[in-house]
Amino acid sequence: MNSKVYDREGIDISWCPGCGNYAILKILKQALSELAIAPQQLVITSGIGQAAKTPHYLRTNFVNGLHGRALPVAVAVKAAHPDLTVLAEGGDGDMYGEGGNHFLHAVRRNPDLTHLVHNNMVYGLTKGQASPTSLPGFVTPLQTRGVSQEPFNPLSVAIALNAGFVARVFVGAFDQAVTVFKAAIRHRGYALVDILQPCVTFNTLNTYEWFGTHTYPLEAAHDPADRQAAFARACETERLPLGIFYRVEGQKTFEEQLPVYRDTPEPLYRRPLDTSRLQALIAQKRGL
Amino acid sequence: MTTLSEDGSLNILLGGAAGQGIQTIEQGLTHLLKQAGYHVFACKEYMSRIRGGSNSTRIRVASSPVAAPLERIDLFISLDREAFERLSPHLAEQTLILGDQNQLPKHPGLVHLPLDTIAEEAGNVRYAGSVAIGAVLGLLNTCLEQLDDYLRQQFADRPTALIAGNRVAATAGYRFGRQLREREMLPTDLRRLASVAGDLLLSGTEAIALGALAGGCNFIASYPMSPGTGVLTFLAQQEEQFGLVVDQTEDEIAAVNMALGAWYTGARALVSTSGGGFALMGEGLSLAGVTESPLVIHLAQRPGPATGLPTRTEQGDLELALYSGHGEFPRLILAPGSLQEAFSLTRHAFDRADACQVPVILLTDQYLVDSVGNLPALDLHNLQPHHHIIETDKDYCRYRITDNGLSPRGLPGHGSGLVCLDSHEHDEEGHISEDLTLRVVMSDKRRRKGELLRREAVVPQWLGSGECEVLAICWGSTLHVLREALQRLRDLPVAGLHFSQVFPLPAETENLLGRASRRVVIEGNSTGQFARLLQQSCGLAIHRCILKYDGLPFSVEGLARQLRTLIESAEWPLEGGVKNHEFKGV
Repeated sequence: MNSKVYDREGIDISWCPGCGNYAILKILKQALSELAIAPQQLVITSGIGQAAKTPHYLRTNFVNGLHGRALPVAVAVKAAHPDLTVLAEGGDGDMYGEGGNHFLHAVRRNPDLTHLVHNNMVYGLTKGQASPTSLPGFVTPLQTRGVSQEPFNPLSVAIALNAGFVARVFVGAFDQAVTVFKAAIRHRGYALVDILQPCVTFNTLNTYEWFGTHTYPLEAAHDPADRQAAFARACETERLPLGIFYRVEGQKTFEEQLPVYRDTPEPLYRRPLDTSRLQALIAQKRGL
Repeated sequence: MTTLSEDGSLNILLGGAAGQGIQTIEQGLTHLLKQAGYHVFACKEYMSRIRGGSNSTRIRVASSPVAAPLERIDLFISLDREAFERLSPHLAEQTLILGDQNQLPKHPGLVHLPLDTIAEEAGNVRYAGSVAIGAVLGLLNTCLEQLDDYLRQQFADRPTALIAGNRVAATAGYRFGRQLREREMLPTDLRRLASVAGDLLLSGTEAIALGALAGGCNFIASYPMSPGTGVLTFLAQQEEQFGLVVDQTEDEIAAVNMALGAWYTGARALVSTSGGGFALMGEGLSLAGVTESPLVIHLAQRPGPATGLPTRTEQGDLELALYSGHGEFPRLILAPGSLQEAFSLTRHAFDRADACQVPVILLTDQYLVDSVGNLPALDLHNLQPHHHIIETDKDYCRYRITDNGLSPRGLPGHGSGLVCLDSHEHDEEGHISEDLTLRVVMSDKRRRKGELLRREAVVPQWLGSGECEVLAICWGSTLHVLREALQRLRDLPVAGLHFSQVFPLPAETENLLGRASRRVVIEGNSTGQFARLLQQSCGLAIHRCILKYDGLPFSVEGLARQLRTLIESAEWPLEGGVKNHEFKGV
């Protein structure tokens, strides 16, 4: 499938020139087209922030909802219609800050969806405050003495919760990112892709160059089935490994465990009410 | 024998600690008395704890339909000393009290019924509830036949010794009750009707949950919170039979957002909660508004602010439901007045949400959800829900501008179009837009749907005489208390009006209110929230409020007394109505 099927012509994109989001949009379209997922079968849920505007810039079904709340929407979409391909997409503040609780519990449910988090270690749309992933010492108009809190480590958290697929990519490594996106979307169950990207306007510390020197691909010898090793690699902070840290197949998904899909994958909207069963249930209340 | 009072009902109060089986006795008695042909109505009050404390249940037994609590108690069965000390000061002189005289303080009305001792003799002190059930059945001269069936049902998966023990305990209680009857300790002439035995026996919670199923609900996401949890639990137990997706969410924010995701995909989703949980859903409600998503939220009220009284009742969240969610968007608020309405309006809520693409808030309270009563039937006409969705074409626009504000609703994966929902202001396709002219167009479009809700509103119910000087107005769960109170005020020029659609107010509201020159609003809160809404919306004065906010429901006599005092003695301000600070109980 040509990636042009996802293009929306003549649109006004509200990202800054040079923003890492453009690269992510390109990676996403490339991965989707290589997987031949029709826009009609794709649903992207997102929250608020510059990253969360992504679904407006490609042809797809979407719910661009509330800040931090993309995951609950995505879980429900997949549970109501399991044949759809569902992605939840947003930034580090959206997904790890405002929506942190949903992140933990979405992993626990293991819905069959892909969680794409644009991680630029800063708040862009609110103009330059720290994000949960900002590095210690990062000075902002609000964190005037520099960030003092421990950065949130999404990969180690996801691995601790036994998420089935945990990966990190950098927008500067296009081919690897496309490969990882495709693997994440194909993974049956919850898949996290933490996407390192620079914010060219508000983050002068974590630039393209900085990411270039502070990241490296996980070596081929890394065994993604080894949870302990994955956790150890996820805890590295000096230089950040890229690739699939952890992958475990065969975990039962949220939808697979719903009795409603035991016999048929038919989405909920196609199922009529069993009126005779309801009448029988009501009749039981006569206690005869 | 003569009846105890004009209302022709026997009123039983059961009191004891949590864990003593008050709930089991209520279930057993309402079931067995209904099966015997009596109309029954029960409601309860309890403390927020797992064991201990002091709880009580009132059961009304009658020859004709009853659906409201009385304050008069004819029979009080006290399972422990605390219940006795808390509840006995409220009893009349003629109340028959049953209990263990060795455990309870001296009282002239107390007749010795050693529940625990009899239960122990039958094999286990835990059979005390069956002794109480037996005693009431004996007092009412009802046969014991049904009891065996009931015990078998109740303890289906338990050892047979348990059934036999309860049977022995109940029989002993029954003999005791028969003796009391022979001594005319509790004279009643209640008649039984064979047809009542076939009635439905439902709690408010069950009526709402069944109404949800009838409304096509196939998705429930909620976080447990009293008194809204029962609906979640009931539906979870129907998960397999009805093909429901059930999820206990991490918080109420997840619940409302999941519900919106489910509706987007074509499911019919419900969220059940109480005030605190609903408060957390405020932003989600607003999201439903701007995305024009259907949504049904059951808000079972309890007294706040904050944690308030978790297990008590109040109608204090009307304004929360009215004003929750930032920005302006139409919403529908339904407040069922009875078990029938709890079913039919829940069903209606799903249809309205889907048809008008708005959030619907179903406003109940602890009193209503925990009430139990019999009713001949539920309205099951056209039971198959009608879904208001279309198959999209490639040019589909989710927010197409139309005359009535409704844009055909498509679903992702159903047709060749794309379905785009946006929390920002958006264009017809659903894409983010800061076109300020479009903003006005979209805002007007959303507002037009509110007009539909008003035009097709649930009509208020007129109670009593068409001619009146005074109109007593209520909403939600107080319907039957007012209806019965008015029956006691036939000598006065007063009629009643009950609203089960509280927002938007039906178009005929002003006309109906105008039929009387003096208007009093009755509601379970301390500031007269509905009175304020009526006054603002209709431009007609509300002259008085009768308010109750002690965590307990209105009683028939209490309300009748307050209304009589007001009508006979009050000097009514005839112009202007009361100001906010004057909304006080009389």
